[in-house]
Amino acid sequence: MIAAMMASSYNAKEEDGHHSGSSSHGGAGAVKSKKPDNTAFKQQRLPAWQPILTAGTVLPAFFVIGLIFIPIGIGLYVTSNNIKEFEVDYTGVDINSPCYSCAKNFSWNSTQSCVCSVNFTLEQPFESNVFMYYGLSNFYQNHRRYVKSRDDSQLNGDLSALMNPSKECEPYRTNDGLPIAPCGAIANSLFNDTLDLYYVDSNSTKTPIPLAKKGIAWWTDKHVKFRNPSGNTNLTVTFQGTTKPVNWRKPVYELDPSEADNNGFINEDFIVWMRTAALPTFRKLYRIIQKKSGTTPTLPSGRYILDITYNYPVLSFDGRKRMILSTISWMGGKNPFLGIAYITVGSICFFLGVVLLIIHHKYDTRNNSADIPN
Amino acid sequence: MARDGEDAGMVKAAKVKRQRKKKTKENKTRTVHANILYDNAKGEENPNRHYANNKIKTTKYTLLSFLPKNLFEQFHRFANVYFVFIALLNFVPVVNAFQPELALAPVVFILSVTAIKDLWEDYRRHRSDKEINHMDCLVYSRVERRYVEKYWKEVRVGDFIRLRCNEILPADVLLLTSSDPDRLCHIETATLDGETNLKQRQVVRSFFDLDCDFDPTKYNSIIECEKPNNDLNRFRGYIIHRSGRRDALYKENLLLRGCTIRNTEEAVGIVIYAGHETKAMLNNNGPRYKRSKLERQMNVDVFWCVIILLVMCLFAAVGHGLWMFQYGDKRPVFDVLSPEGTDLSPIMSAIYLFLTMIIVFQVLIPISLFVSIEIVKICQVFFIHQDMDLYDEETDSHLQCRALNITEDLGQMQYIFSDKTGTLTENKMVFRRCTVAGVEYSHDANARRLAMYQEMDSEEEECTSHGGTLPRRDSVTSHQSARVVLRSQSTKSHRRTGSRAEAKRASILSKHTAFSSPMEKDITPDPQLLDKVNECSSQMDFMRFHSQPMSQLPSDLSDIIDFFIALTICNTVVVSSPNQPRQKVRMRFELKSPVKTIEDFIKRFTPSRLTSGSNSSSSSSLITNRSSNRGCSSILSSPSAESTLTKLDEEKPPNLEHTFSPVPPCYSEKAWAVAEGELRYEAESPDEAALVYAARAYKCSLVGRLPDQVTVELPHLGKLSFELLHTLGFDSTRKRMSVVVRHPLTDQITVYTKGADSVIMDLIKPPNTGNSKGKRQKKIVYRTQNYLNLYAADGLRTLCIAKKVLTKEEYACWLQRHLEAETAIQGREELLFESALRLETNLHLLGATGIEDRLQDGVPETIASLRKAGLQIWVLTGDKQETAVNIAYACKLLEPEEEILTLNADSQEACALLLEESLHYIQAKFLCSSADHAAKAFTANFAPFEIYPSSSPSSSSVPFMVHRLGLVIDGRTLAYALDKSLEDKFLAVARSCRSVLCCRSTPLQKSMVVKLVRNKLKVMTLAIGDGANDVSMIQVADVGVGISGQEGMQAVMASDFALPRFRYLQKLLLVHGHWCYSRLANMILYFFYKNAMFVALIFWYQFYCGFSGSAMIDQWYLIFFNLMFSAFPQLITGTLDKDVSAETLQQLPQLYISGQNSEEYKPYMFWMNMIDAFYQSLVCFFIPYFAYADSDVDLFTWGTPITTLALFTILLHLGIETKTWTWMNWLSISFSIALFFTVALCYNASCPTCYSPSNPYWTMQRLLQDPLFYFLCVITPVTALLPRYFYRACQGTLFPSPVQVGRQLDKLPAETRRNILSLSRVKVGSPLSTKPPFLSLAKPLPKGSNKTEKGSFPSPKASQGSILQTHDTRKCHKRSQSEPLGPKHSEKSLSDLYTLMSTEGDTLPYTKDSQCLDKTLDVSVSSWITSTPQTDSVELPPDRGSSQCVRYTRNSEEGLGSEPSVHQPGRRTEQRPEPASLTTS
Repeated sequence: MIAAMMASSYNAKEEDGHHSGSSSHGGAGAVKSKKPDNTAFKQQRLPAWQPILTAGTVLPAFFVIGLIFIPIGIGLYVTSNNIKEFEVDYTGVDINSPCYSCAKNFSWNSTQSCVCSVNFTLEQPFESNVFMYYGLSNFYQNHRRYVKSRDDSQLNGDLSALMNPSKECEPYRTNDGLPIAPCGAIANSLFNDTLDLYYVDSNSTKTPIPLAKKGIAWWTDKHVKFRNPSGNTNLTVTFQGTTKPVNWRKPVYELDPSEADNNGFINEDFIVWMRTAALPTFRKLYRIIQKKSGTTPTLPSGRYILDITYNYPVLSFDGRKRMILSTISWMGGKNPFLGIAYITVGSICFFLGVVLLIIHHKYDTRNNSADIPN
Repeated sequence: MARDGEDAGMVKAAKVKRQRKKKTKENKTRTVHANILYDNAKGEENPNRHYANNKIKTTKYTLLSFLPKNLFEQFHRFANVYFVFIALLNFVPVVNAFQPELALAPVVFILSVTAIKDLWEDYRRHRSDKEINHMDCLVYSRVERRYVEKYWKEVRVGDFIRLRCNEILPADVLLLTSSDPDRLCHIETATLDGETNLKQRQVVRSFFDLDCDFDPTKYNSIIECEKPNNDLNRFRGYIIHRSGRRDALYKENLLLRGCTIRNTEEAVGIVIYAGHETKAMLNNNGPRYKRSKLERQMNVDVFWCVIILLVMCLFAAVGHGLWMFQYGDKRPVFDVLSPEGTDLSPIMSAIYLFLTMIIVFQVLIPISLFVSIEIVKICQVFFIHQDMDLYDEETDSHLQCRALNITEDLGQMQYIFSDKTGTLTENKMVFRRCTVAGVEYSHDANARRLAMYQEMDSEEEECTSHGGTLPRRDSVTSHQSARVVLRSQSTKSHRRTGSRAEAKRASILSKHTAFSSPMEKDITPDPQLLDKVNECSSQMDFMRFHSQPMSQLPSDLSDIIDFFIALTICNTVVVSSPNQPRQKVRMRFELKSPVKTIEDFIKRFTPSRLTSGSNSSSSSSLITNRSSNRGCSSILSSPSAESTLTKLDEEKPPNLEHTFSPVPPCYSEKAWAVAEGELRYEAESPDEAALVYAARAYKCSLVGRLPDQVTVELPHLGKLSFELLHTLGFDSTRKRMSVVVRHPLTDQITVYTKGADSVIMDLIKPPNTGNSKGKRQKKIVYRTQNYLNLYAADGLRTLCIAKKVLTKEEYACWLQRHLEAETAIQGREELLFESALRLETNLHLLGATGIEDRLQDGVPETIASLRKAGLQIWVLTGDKQETAVNIAYACKLLEPEEEILTLNADSQEACALLLEESLHYIQAKFLCSSADHAAKAFTANFAPFEIYPSSSPSSSSVPFMVHRLGLVIDGRTLAYALDKSLEDKFLAVARSCRSVLCCRSTPLQKSMVVKLVRNKLKVMTLAIGDGANDVSMIQVADVGVGISGQEGMQAVMASDFALPRFRYLQKLLLVHGHWCYSRLANMILYFFYKNAMFVALIFWYQFYCGFSGSAMIDQWYLIFFNLMFSAFPQLITGTLDKDVSAETLQQLPQLYISGQNSEEYKPYMFWMNMIDAFYQSLVCFFIPYFAYADSDVDLFTWGTPITTLALFTILLHLGIETKTWTWMNWLSISFSIALFFTVALCYNASCPTCYSPSNPYWTMQRLLQDPLFYFLCVITPVTALLPRYFYRACQGTLFPSPVQVGRQLDKLPAETRRNILSLSRVKVGSPLSTKPPFLSLAKPLPKGSNKTEKGSFPSPKASQGSILQTHDTRKCHKRSQSEPLGPKHSEKSLSDLYTLMSTEGDTLPYTKDSQCLDKTLDVSVSSWITSTPQTDSVELPPDRGSSQCVRYTRNSEEGLGSEPSVHQPGRRTEQRPEPASLTTS
């Protein structure tokens, strides 16, 4: 902007040079030298660092990068490897799969839920807190129109938006003349499978594993972004005059029958779902299995049964559903990629450093003043 | 800024249209009636009502029209329309990608910045208009019967205006009366053309004799004149009086708006043109708008970007269609129906998506690029403007950039076309020597004096080189003692005031004159000539005293006195006295009007009055005459001839003696002794003043000039008044001027003519060889011609002085026809021209003068370094061939070791033949050296790396380029050569010559040459000149440079850049041009890269979102990324980056070649950058992709790190490309990063429900707590930039560009660098040559043979000439490293060369007698050779290095007495080159 100002002043001077010149001429004008200021800036002599990129000057950088990256990579890789993760696909594509029939018959219109159970065995015990995820594949939550199809004001408890949702929610804005709460395609497609985990001990008794459903959403989402409309006391009253999304069985204020303050817009499962995934294969946090006190592992190795209330059809778009159990480290879930990437890049840098060293020795041995002809 | 030019054009076009409409009513002329006649009539009846009034309005907008008009103008730029279209597309719900309001933001931002700028500029214009419109002037009011004060804007055409001294003219006014007794009005036109001398304007002739006060009410004439036009030097029309009499009007009668009245107490005129129709306003066009080469290239790549964009969109659209198609009828939950709830077919969605993608990818077409380029260019202009090295202290002026948008073109020039006079030379004419009546007066002392100034220059300005001095004939050593004395005196005087430049400047400022330096004024007379002058004048005095007729004076003596009289009076010099600046020295001994009518002539030349010279009786007679007129109300009743004659007859004729003492000596002394020495002369052309000063040195001084008489003071004779009967002004076709005077001593009517030797010599009366006088005359002519040739060879401007005595009958006869010509309205110019031709015949040659036009400081050095920079320099001059060639030698344009092809032909066929011959010759030269390397060099562009396979010392024996040729062509031949049929051949010859010199070329030819080269060779051309004759060439060239020198401002007005001096061109091109080019080129490439890289991120994402046009980058980031986050560092780098320091760039001009070859921005670089951009975006996309694969990351928590990474990568990329890191760079980069994080944090914390759909509440905050984010931030930029960094490092070592070598030089400590550079400067060739970097690339080099030349410039296609030259010079230089360096020519060849020059002069038509000439020539040439600028050549071992094939010169025997056009080709064939001995030492 400063430049623009400078420019235009210059330009204007230039343009009306003629007549303003003639008008000022009569006054003879103080003779002022036009000599430019001798400042480093105006004379373009600012002190400067002038790096020259040659093999010689650059190769230390390559070695340094290599030396730093490889240990970091190893560290990350080890960390990632220490994370335990277990994954069960319960979509029911395979005919042998326990959920095959559910998957086959179920559609959005079904009124009856279908239940199936998957058995699996954990080879290793999971020591610390275990995070239970559901994972979907081929589900394009990042589709442009899908991502937009929500009303943040409504979700924030704005009463006017509750009754008159944003146009972005179309065509999931109203149903039968009543505004949908929560409106929009995202809410409409809420993941509604119920997963229950049982530990089968040696004498085949099923022990349910306590699954905590609090704390799975971002704190800011739960407390700032998502809010029930005011008059929180009775959600049924609050949501009167609205209707549930088309695909939903229950209205929003009855999402969690077990816990009263997990209903409405602040239902954590709902909040998690509303945070649209970046990629078509994603997982979302479903429950947390808190570490028990003492030394007993959170999930000991052994047989487990996963009971699924199969409500969510994915086969129509060739989707997959998974349940994932994972511990996490300081840098998140299991992902060896970053460690490998660091090691690879570090090695490449090191290698290039060596190449540069060779080049340097072969072609760049002169020092600058020595090669001047005499 | 870009639009301003267009606007001016539009405004003008509108105006023209308006005028055209009027034209139907008015046809071709404008008729002006006096307004007062119509004051009481209704407005419609006023015949002047159609003409523009004097209110000026230069603003473009009014308050109301601003918004629509400005927007309209801005939308003229295609890019703006495109972006608005995209923004509007966003309002269509089906395709919208962003929030519609947000999408408007960038466009609105850019538009409003420009609009605010325009508004501000317009406001400034408005203010200045207002100020001007409200200035006061006196306008005659019919009602009040007096002049009343009115605002300028109220002045109308037809008004009478009274002007007082020092007032500025409000409009173009026809001068009707003046208080000046001579009916003159002096004006200063500095605001129009920058010329500071006073111009005289005359009252319209029919009002001339009106002595009574001009009474507007009595005025009833009608003026017919031309339509308004912008030609300042043209005004034609006539005034029709009530009586039906017509009087012609000239430009001398017109006072132009903007000029200032000086030295005239009062003047009255009638307004002819007002307001926008004044010549000054019509001339005032705004800054120029040109499109630079770089921009043209950029536009091609913008076009490619559009293609890439469309391909990407198409790809995405097809992808989306397929994606939709695979789901068939089963619509997945995540594929949302359209808002209407309707289902879209895959094909329809694909089409909609195509539009959406255009919106999403719009950044690929860089909206901010155009704005950024403008900003950067303006900053560049600012810095160029601020450069102290381009500031000239003497004139207190610095470089002006008048075209704001072609700075980078300065770095890409390939051809320079230069004017000579005033551009290469100072256009300060200094009298050097003269020849009178065949005797040469060498003015040795004068030459010494000049040499002394030269030395002082070099001493004080620490200019160590003496290369710029002109060749001096006299040996310097013999006068050393004298010089020491002289110098000590003058330096003392200068030291008092500080530096010489300062002193000069002070004198300029105080005296307002350009011709005031002592160098030009203090001419040391030649003692011999001075004696003769004294002798002559004392004799004349004696004779006058004894009433002897003057014809008894020996003819050589009378020639001398005539010579000086001619010098003194044959000019248009105005005398003024410094004590009263701008006050004309009045010396009026009589009142008499110049001969203007035939009656006047009869009146004055009737026998009875023949003797009336300058005495009081005649004046009294005229006074009575006037007073008799005074009573008359109409000026139209001019006294009839008869009545005057009778009246005059009654008077007593004064006696003869009286005439001979026109001024009593005592009177003159009293009045003038004081001011004598201080008279100053103001001349329209500097050489006029030089001659007057020269004459003054011989005590013949011009003391006063009036329209009708010139007063000259001569030694012993005192003041003599020459009655000035006629002045035939100088014009470029006649190339001479003449004055017709009545000689007060002999009372003869004498014509003094001064002009170019070529024309004068043709007009000399052929001597009658019968008698001795005739023989003598013939001898004089030959001798003079001989000296003229020598002068020319010496680089002096030559002028011939001649005279002619007319009998009264002859004069009367001529006058009769001349007056007819003057009053003619149709074809007046031609008639006057013919009339002048009739007068200027059968002249008697008096002598000739040699005026030195000194080279400007540093011209040879500048030319040398520009040439090293690979620029081809052509000099186009109107001077004669010899002068031009010698100036060319002096300024190192031609070098002694160069061969010169001279093309002089007088017919089309001869010219064709000559060109053919030259081509053969040049080709033959190639062949002759093919035994060695030249042939290989010739094919260099085919096998660039095989040019010099191994340059073992023995084989490198061709020190000279095949291209080391100079071409000299004269104007006549040039006319033939520029013919369609020959132009290709001419170009072929010219482009293989290193320097081309076009002499005697007209302004039109100059521009034709430039146009030819520009269009045919497709090269960048620069034209530089200082005078009006260069304007056309300046306008035609890609870059026009004007020298704001002594010849007014026309060249500057037409130019893109105006320089105070030629030598500044070096820094302007080599430093600023190079910088501007490399900065902008790099910035444009970076812009393309940046946008492509950013957009590609989103493109890759389409593969993971079903090609739905979704973006993981928050739309706010997406839109403001270019506008804010990544905008500043590139602006800083684009403005401040210096790839090589200014010093190195100037010392190694070779670095300029990179700009000429567009090496910073080649088409492939765009694609390389695109590929790099795609690679980097892949890295920036896929590292986070894999790092977050199958995790619970949400869309924008994943997109934000990608944005951050892209920002880091882009900034670091800029870091790699930045060559100079100042604190500003550091600051801007850290500012960018800080800005991004600050904005992101604030944005993410500001509103939990806004910013749909991303709703990024607390995203950034959480990311910053995530270690993974930091790990990504480290690895991604490193990985992304690794290839580029590695490539740059390898390039820097393996095949560094010359620019980088320059940078390495920069890095060395100052001491070492200076040593290296000084070392390299001694060398002929490029200092870079021996650097290994130039060589490598090619395979196995023997150890230590690093210094062999290998294809350092890969495939120099376009400008192979310059490249080859570099190779060759390097080669030559390499070989000659260990040997003494210097011009490689023998004395012999030099003498040959110069003999050639002189003999060419001999072939001029009027010097047929070559024998007698030959002797003189031999003597002079040999004496002269010893003092050529290349004196050091004598010390060189003969033959050293000059082993070029054949020197193409002509021997003197051939040259003599032969017809040039016929023999020249023949001669050339005789000289058919044979492989000469290729000596190696």
